Amino acid sequence: MYLYLKYISILFKSQAQYRLSFWLLTVGQALTPLTVLAGLYFMFAQFGQVKGWTFYEAALCYAVIGLSYALSETFARGFDMFSSLVGSGDFDRLLVRPRSTILQVLGSKFEFARLGRMLQSLIVLFWSLSKLPIELTFPKLFTLMLMIVCGVLIFSGLFVATASLSFWTIQGIEVANVFTDGGREMAKYPLSIYEKWVTNFFTYVIPLGCVNYLPLLYVLGRTDGHQLRYMLSPLAGVVFILPCLLLWHIGVRHYRSTGS
Amino acid sequence: MNTYLSVWKLRFVSGLQYRTAAIAGMATQLFFGFVFIMVYVAFYAHSSAQPSMSLEQLATYIWLQQIFLAFVMLWFRDNEIFNLITSGNIAYELCRPCGIYSFWYAKLLAQRLASAILRCIPILLVAFLLPKPYNLTMPPTAATFALFVVTLLLGLAVNIAISMFIYISVFWTMSPVGSTLVIAVIGEFLAGMIIPVPLMPSWMQAITYALPFRWTADFPFRVYSGQIPQSEAVWGILIQFVWLAALILLGRWCLKRALRQVVVQGG
Repeated sequence: MYLYLKYISILFKSQAQYRLSFWLLTVGQALTPLTVLAGLYFMFAQFGQVKGWTFYEAALCYAVIGLSYALSETFARGFDMFSSLVGSGDFDRLLVRPRSTILQVLGSKFEFARLGRMLQSLIVLFWSLSKLPIELTFPKLFTLMLMIVCGVLIFSGLFVATASLSFWTIQGIEVANVFTDGGREMAKYPLSIYEKWVTNFFTYVIPLGCVNYLPLLYVLGRTDGHQLRYMLSPLAGVVFILPCLLLWHIGVRHYRSTGS
Repeated sequence: MNTYLSVWKLRFVSGLQYRTAAIAGMATQLFFGFVFIMVYVAFYAHSSAQPSMSLEQLATYIWLQQIFLAFVMLWFRDNEIFNLITSGNIAYELCRPCGIYSFWYAKLLAQRLASAILRCIPILLVAFLLPKPYNLTMPPTAATFALFVVTLLLGLAVNIAISMFIYISVFWTMSPVGSTLVIAVIGEFLAGMIIPVPLMPSWMQAITYALPFRWTADFPFRVYSGQIPQSEAVWGILIQFVWLAALILLGRWCLKRALRQVVVQGG
C-alpha cells in the first residue's frame, strides 16, 4: 500500500510538469461526459420520457455508471495500456521485481486528468438526487455507495481480463472496447429500454445491470417485494472480478517474453 | 504536386496493411451503431410529439456516421507528427524541399482514406441487410447520391483542415493529449456525432450552423437521406468551399508563426 502511494505521487509530479496540457486535459475530460449529458438532456427535451423513465432518473443512472467508470479508469489505467508493456518486452522487468505484478501494473499508470471526469459525474449525481422526489434513507445511500464500488470492480475486472488476453495475443485487442466503452454507453440508460437479449447479456454475463439498473429500481422505490435482493445485487461485481484475476494469474504463468 | 502525390500514395499503401486492426474496429463500429439505434428506437416508441427526423432517416444517419467514422472523427491522429514536434526531429522535416502544411495534409488525407476504404464495405453490407428499423436505406435518387459523394469528400477536406490545428497547437503545448481532447470533444458534439443535429433544440442548431464542424458530417449525411433538398445542397457545397479556403489559409498562417519561434535543441 505504501508503495502504491509512492507510485501515485511520482506519477502526479510527472504529469503536472506539462502544465498547460494537463489543465486542458482535465477540462477536456470533464467536457467529454458533459457533451454526452447535454445529448441526453436534448433527447429528453425532444421526447419527454423513454419507456416511463424521466430525465432525472436517467441522469442518476448515467452518473452512477460514469462515476464508477472514471474511478476504475483512474486507478486501473495501467491494465488498459498493458498490451504495449507486453509488446515491448518490458513486462520482464516487472517479473524480476519482488512485488506482485498486479500492484506494479496498477502503479505503472495513473491519470489524474480523469479526476475532472469524476467530479463531473459527482455533480450530476447530487443534482439528479436533489431533483428526484425520493427520500434518501440510510439503506438507500448505502445501496448507492455499493453500486459505485461494485461498478468500479466490474470495470476493473474488464480491464484486467482484456489485459490478460494480451499475454496470448501480444497486441492489444480493440474489440474489448465493446465491453468497456460499450458497456458504459449501454448502462447509461436504464437497461429496460433495450431489447430483451441485450438486457440479459448485461445482467448475467457482464453484470453491469446488477450495479446499475436493478438497485436503482430500489433506490427509486419502484420495486415490489424482495427489497433486499435488489439492494444487494451489486455484489455480483465482487463475483465478477474473481475469474478476471484468475485469468491474470494464468496469463502471467503462460507469459513468454517477446525478447525485444 | 508530384511529391505530395507520392507521399499520399506511400501512406495509403501502408495504411492498408493493418487488416486485423480494421476487423476489430469494424466489429466495434457495428456494435456501437446498433446500440445507438436501439436507444433511439426506444425513444421513438413512446413519443407523442413528431420529431423532426423519421426513424428511418435516423438509422441511416447513424450508420453513415459509423461507416465513414475515419472521415469525420477528430480523434484520428498521427502520433508520428506529434513525436516529430516534441522530440525535435521536426528539424529534418524543415529541411525537406516541400511545404510542411501540404506535406502533412497529404499524409493525413491518405490515412483517413485508407482506413475508411478498409472498413466501409463490410459495414455497409451488414447495415443494408439488417432487419427493418435498424437498416441503412438507399438514397432516393442517383443525383442525391452524387451530391452526397461530393459533400462527403469536401467534408473530409474541411475536417483535415480542422485537425491540422491540433497538430499546430502542439508547438505551444508540447503534449498532444490536451488539445486533441478539447478540440475533438467540442467538435464532435457540434458535428452531430453525439446526437444528430436535427434533434437538438433550435438555439443549439443555430450555433452548429455557424461553425465549420457541422459541414464535415451532419451535412453530407442529411444530403444522403434526402432530408436536405438538392437545391439547398448545392449552396451547402459552396459554403463548404468557403470554410475550406478560410481554414487552410488560417492554418498556414498559424503554422508559419509557430515555425518562426520553434527552437530545436541538439541531441
